[in-house]
Amino acid sequence: MAANATSYQVSPSEKRLALVFILTGFAHLLIGILMGLLQGLEHMGINLIPSMPVIQTYYQALSIHGVFNVLLFTSFFIVGFLGYMASYGFERPLASVRLGWVTYWVMLVGALLTDWALLANRATVLYTSYAPLKAHPAYYIGLALVVVGTLLLLLNLVRTYLAWRRERPGERIPLLSFGALVTFIMWGMASVGIVVEFVFFLIPWSLGWVAEVDPLLTRTFFWESGHPIVYFWLLPAYLSWYFLLPRQAGGRLFSEPLARLAFLLFIPLSLPVGFHHQFLDPGVSQGYKAIHTVLTFAIFIPSMMTAFTVLASLELGGRARGGQGLLGWVTKLPWKDPVFTGQALGMLLFALGGVSGLINASYTLNLEVHNTLFIPGHFHLTVGAAVVMTFMATSFWLIPHLTGRALWNRPLALVQVILWAVGMTFMSRGMSWAGMLGAPRRTMLGAATYREAAWNEPLELVGVGGVILTIAGILFFLNLVLTLLNRRPAGEVEVPLAEPLPEAGPLPQYLDRFMPWVVSGALLVLIGYGPTIFRLLTTMQTVAAPALNPF
Amino acid sequence: MHVHPYERAWIIVSVALLMVFGVAIVVSSLSMGIQIPGLSARLAPVSPDGFASDEPWVRQLGPGRYEANVFAQMWAFQPSEIRVPAGSTVTFYLHSRDLLHGFKILDTNVSLMAIPGQVGKVTATFNQPGEYLIVCNEYCGVGHQAMFGRLIVEEPSATL
Ligand code: HEM
Ligand SMILES: [Cu+2]
Ligand SMILES: [Cu+2]
Repeated sequence: MAANATSYQVSPSEKRLALVFILTGFAHLLIGILMGLLQGLEHMGINLIPSMPVIQTYYQALSIHGVFNVLLFTSFFIVGFLGYMASYGFERPLASVRLGWVTYWVMLVGALLTDWALLANRATVLYTSYAPLKAHPAYYIGLALVVVGTLLLLLNLVRTYLAWRRERPGERIPLLSFGALVTFIMWGMASVGIVVEFVFFLIPWSLGWVAEVDPLLTRTFFWESGHPIVYFWLLPAYLSWYFLLPRQAGGRLFSEPLARLAFLLFIPLSLPVGFHHQFLDPGVSQGYKAIHTVLTFAIFIPSMMTAFTVLASLELGGRARGGQGLLGWVTKLPWKDPVFTGQALGMLLFALGGVSGLINASYTLNLEVHNTLFIPGHFHLTVGAAVVMTFMATSFWLIPHLTGRALWNRPLALVQVILWAVGMTFMSRGMSWAGMLGAPRRTMLGAATYREAAWNEPLELVGVGGVILTIAGILFFLNLVLTLLNRRPAGEVEVPLAEPLPEAGPLPQYLDRFMPWVVSGALLVLIGYGPTIFRLLTTMQTVAAPALNPF
Repeated sequence: MHVHPYERAWIIVSVALLMVFGVAIVVSSLSMGIQIPGLSARLAPVSPDGFASDEPWVRQLGPGRYEANVFAQMWAFQPSEIRVPAGSTVTFYLHSRDLLHGFKILDTNVSLMAIPGQVGKVTATFNQPGEYLIVCNEYCGVGHQAMFGRLIVEEPSATL
């Protein structure tokens, strides 16, 4: 076994905690995926929604799809997974396991409130919750509680870190704990926008305490958190690719210092980029939009560093397994292992998602793709493929590790991740294509009177991809449930912590400190957002919700 | 800190790529006249020739120069049809009467958000005669998929 791998066992209570978080997350993903199927079929002209129970409109399905998949599934999975990784890395329990359970209950109550409002068609406002679309207060309060939960884990992680520091002065922060801390510190800073939006504006407004809100101001607060949130989803996947996948592939972490640097760079660079969602908004100056373009581009750098280090680590694995020549090592990678293949295919699709992201972020090109189906074509590759496939692949080892029950069917898991990748490829290709022909997103296109004939072929791809995806999704849940019920013991499943190459040498001190990165992030937010937020706050243009309920 | 030479080269290439992209953006926005909306420009409440800014209209300012005051509301644009001769330069002022809406003229460089409380402004020149679809591309309630308009760029002869 690797020299730095530990035999540390996390307590059963923390194992249960991680498990309930992850399963609550997956329960939301299941419902989200079923909505996705309805949307994909609708786009190719087969509208099943009228014959569905509960679901009344296309837009209700879409609201559920967005909120369940990217707000609830992700938050629950990440809090469970990273809380566990941190405590395993530190080789000590969380500062307060009890607080961990409180976090779970707070988030669960929040999720149930939001679920109810969505399923009752009282919150058909889509996950962006743009005012003056007004949802039932339970929707906003529920989401706010979920965010509070994520911040409670941040608090717990920081306290655990400080306690660990006292116990082990002078040691480097262990990689897994480091990744978890960076993710939650970044998110803690990023969440300010959505917290202000909900607590000071949307919740009081939905409760009737204030009559009007400013749509541009609330939207600006939303995107201040709404872009960094994608890095909140992505960094846990990066944690797996950097620190676990190399071992799963039989290799080593190629460059530990650069891995840590890339993580830390995400703290400042994730934050002031939200205007790339508002390029076409009146009331935000072109100068600040240009600044956010530059900063969005800057985040390309740590992403490229990640691509290099992760591929180099995999190459070490392929060569250690006997791979020869320039590319021969690729064939020696453990492609039959669903844990590896799920992540590798996710990374491959992520590369395409990254390229389409550069297009979206490009000030002028954005004009062409803004609010077209090109955008979901982009993020189904990033979050829908890379992040979700990594979380699925992680659950193939983590659930057996947590429960002691063996993965029910390994070959099925392999087929399933491949099917998911194929489905995503078809669907994203269809979406990007339709988007470039001008087809709008968030639109019930099967019923759109203006639908153009040229959109038919790409939208059929969306439907076909959606069906393949749904089959893959159902196979995943079948495997998950039967694993939970499996009587066959998993044996000892290790946390596959990768060992860094020693050549990388000693780490500079600044890679072990968070403060400089936090301060520079705060400064960038002040520069990137301060003047605009100040101007919007001092010249508010408030409006009431429409008299007629729009949904 | 030790950085592998290949990795160093990779990072340098990445930075260089970004610079190329940056230059491409600057060139496209300056030389191709691609405009995105900025700080809100408001119209005078009533223009000297009697056009009120809280009503929809299209008016001619001079030869080949037009202004359109457009309102987005659940679930239509007003005016729903805009006619200009080919070669015209049109300045759009975009308002919303209720929710967020989108205003995208397909196959042109005009696209912007309609946000209650803000007035969007963009200018574009239309040289190709034809009928252009205008779609609302931001969700605005159950009738969102029925919200569209047309821009008709007429052959110059038709308007003589
Ligand atoms: C069976 C799998 C899936 C199918 C068939 C599917 C299908 C779709 C379709 C057709 C849309 C576009 C709807 C529109 O713009 O009108 C959409 C939107 C979206 N999807 Fe998926 N999807 C799937 C899985 C996922 C997953 C796994 C995630 C993320 C974890 C995800 C996140 C989203 C988000 C955030 C939106 C945008 C919602 C909005 O605009 O408000 N989807 N999906
Ligand atoms: Cu973004
Ligand atoms: Cu609309």
